[in-house]
Amino acid sequence: MEIVLVGLNHRSAPVEVRERVSFTADQARQAAEELRARGIFHETLVLSTCNRSEVYGVPPEASRESAAALSSYLSSFHAVQLEQLDGALYRHHDRHAVRHLFRVASGLDSMVLGEAEILGQVREAYRAAHESGATGPVLNRMFQGALEVGKRVRHETELGARPMSVASAGVKLAERIFGKLNQRTVLVLGAGTISEQVVAQLRDRRIAHLYVMNRSRDRAELLAREFSGKVINWEDWDAALAQPDVIVSSISTEEPALKQAMLERAMAARGNRPLFVMDLGLPRNVESSAANLYNLYLYNIDDLTQIVEQNRDARQSEVPRAEAIVDEHVDKFLTWQTSVELIGIVEALRGKLKEERAAFVHERVQRVPNLSPEQRTQMETLMDELLEKLLLDPARRLQGEKDLRRKIQNVEAIRDLFLPGRERP
Amino acid sequence: MDHLFFLLTLAAYLGSFAGYVGYLVAGREWSGRVGTLLLAAGLVAHYCALLERSRGLHTVPYHDLAGSMSLFGWLLALTYLSLEVFHRQRSVGALVLPFVLAFFLFAHAATPDHNAAVPAKGVAFALHVTLSILAYAAFGLSCVLSVIYLAQQRLLQKHKVGNLLWRLPPLDLLDRMSQSSVLVGLIAITIGTALGFLWVDRLTGALWHYDPKYVVTLLVLAAYVIYLRLARNPGWRGSRASRLCIFNFAIVIFSFTVVNLFFSHAHRYF
Repeated sequence: MEIVLVGLNHRSAPVEVRERVSFTADQARQAAEELRARGIFHETLVLSTCNRSEVYGVPPEASRESAAALSSYLSSFHAVQLEQLDGALYRHHDRHAVRHLFRVASGLDSMVLGEAEILGQVREAYRAAHESGATGPVLNRMFQGALEVGKRVRHETELGARPMSVASAGVKLAERIFGKLNQRTVLVLGAGTISEQVVAQLRDRRIAHLYVMNRSRDRAELLAREFSGKVINWEDWDAALAQPDVIVSSISTEEPALKQAMLERAMAARGNRPLFVMDLGLPRNVESSAANLYNLYLYNIDDLTQIVEQNRDARQSEVPRAEAIVDEHVDKFLTWQTSVELIGIVEALRGKLKEERAAFVHERVQRVPNLSPEQRTQMETLMDELLEKLLLDPARRLQGEKDLRRKIQNVEAIRDLFLPGRERP
Repeated sequence: MDHLFFLLTLAAYLGSFAGYVGYLVAGREWSGRVGTLLLAAGLVAHYCALLERSRGLHTVPYHDLAGSMSLFGWLLALTYLSLEVFHRQRSVGALVLPFVLAFFLFAHAATPDHNAAVPAKGVAFALHVTLSILAYAAFGLSCVLSVIYLAQQRLLQKHKVGNLLWRLPPLDLLDRMSQSSVLVGLIAITIGTALGFLWVDRLTGALWHYDPKYVVTLLVLAAYVIYLRLARNPGWRGSRASRLCIFNFAIVIFSFTVVNLFFSHAHRYF
């Protein structure tokens, strides 16, 4: 039961190669079918995200050639020359392939360390492959293990706990003040890319109301339409500022557009309810003295960038704990894999010994004179019992003792010793 | 036996504190769960310790200052655990447990006062005292939550976003937890005080006997009703309400100490 992985990611390949080798859901299904039909794998799964394309497979026979066959297949499937792919592809086998997948599911191999989306993508890839019948016992166990590792890393470490972008840091800070944002109102000043990023995160939190203000009403309407918000006229400052709990500002302006006096009036009009202001503009959009107003929390782009930097260090310090969880599960998977292989070997050995016994009886016992058919049957039964006894004890121990299975590192050696000439199951 | 329950309670509370600290500082989910479980175990052991102590002294646990303090610590832990379960938020456990431990240790370090006058008997009286101490514990908890609110608000306003900030409850939740705690306290003190008046009426035939404690208790009641009303006002909600809550608890401490020790003739340790 060899496990093969061939793939590329943001570290091994530039974006031009990654985008050519990526799979849509239909292509992933088609590739899995073809790989099995051609006999390269009898179990396979394609994992394709914006930063990685990986094919996992279990070949029918033990052979290091399946990785090469898969590379050629990828080259022809995506119509990319093999020489172009060669430097970009990584190839892992068995333990390394399992470890790689578990690290991927934990977010340890992601471009943004500890990002949460990858676990959902692994789950989705596994669901699709499982439903189409492309996976079998080995990949099922391996991907279920990966999902378990991903969940554990998320629960037991802080690898993915803290925001890693300015937009998410701002949104998380708003949650520190208001808790859940689903009852909150947000005002977006300016309709640039960064505003869009923040609004996309806020939409995921199902905010109650979104208002957009922009000098160009067309762009404001575009953003408002995309995120089901409403547009406020550029001049209606007092009315606009009296409503929101969160203000996201990224206007291009020479002087602060939001003066302390304006915000003071707004705070009075809104009964001094807490207000969180994210000033993402450069030059700054909000007069810094406004930070002294009662119940107003003001964060500019530098403040948020600094938080992201701190969080990056904090995430990095969680890596050893996450790696330890990954290693624990890799060992668990390999122990399971060994036990399955050993049980197969015991079964094969039983079959072989029965054949040997039959040949032995045929050759030797028939030569013994004065042996009645009953006595011959009795002798055959006794020999069967002896063989069963010899095999039963190790088989039971293999099933019961986890440590023993872990100790038996090289299953192939046992097979070669007792079953020479037989291929891997 | 008393000593055994003391040790069990102490071990459970210390373990619970360590669990909560592990959750708050290192973000370990399992550590927080251990904290909660050990707090529940500590509550059971503490209850048994209170029971044994009462049996040993042949009187109720609040007959002296040490007993009242121990009961206060138990009710503080109980109120906190209820709030934790209700609001599904255990990150302030590490900041509440030191108070529970302090009251428990202070109570058990003090020598029991065998000569203290045996307090009055009867279900109404026992409920009056227990509910009053529960109210003080709930008000104490709301004070701790308000202090955490103000500290966290200051950190947020000064942009000091450290490790703890990401794990403490959001300001809005702290505010709601504090209000829940005050609500528990208000219900307890209202029923407790009414039972006290009824008990006095049954004993003496008159509902009202002047005692400075009555006046201060009514003042505490009014102060917390005002807090609860203002805490729901958008302009007061948050830091102003938290400051008011801390001020109100100062009145409670005044009632618990100065009034009890120097002015009241009917209330000693509760």
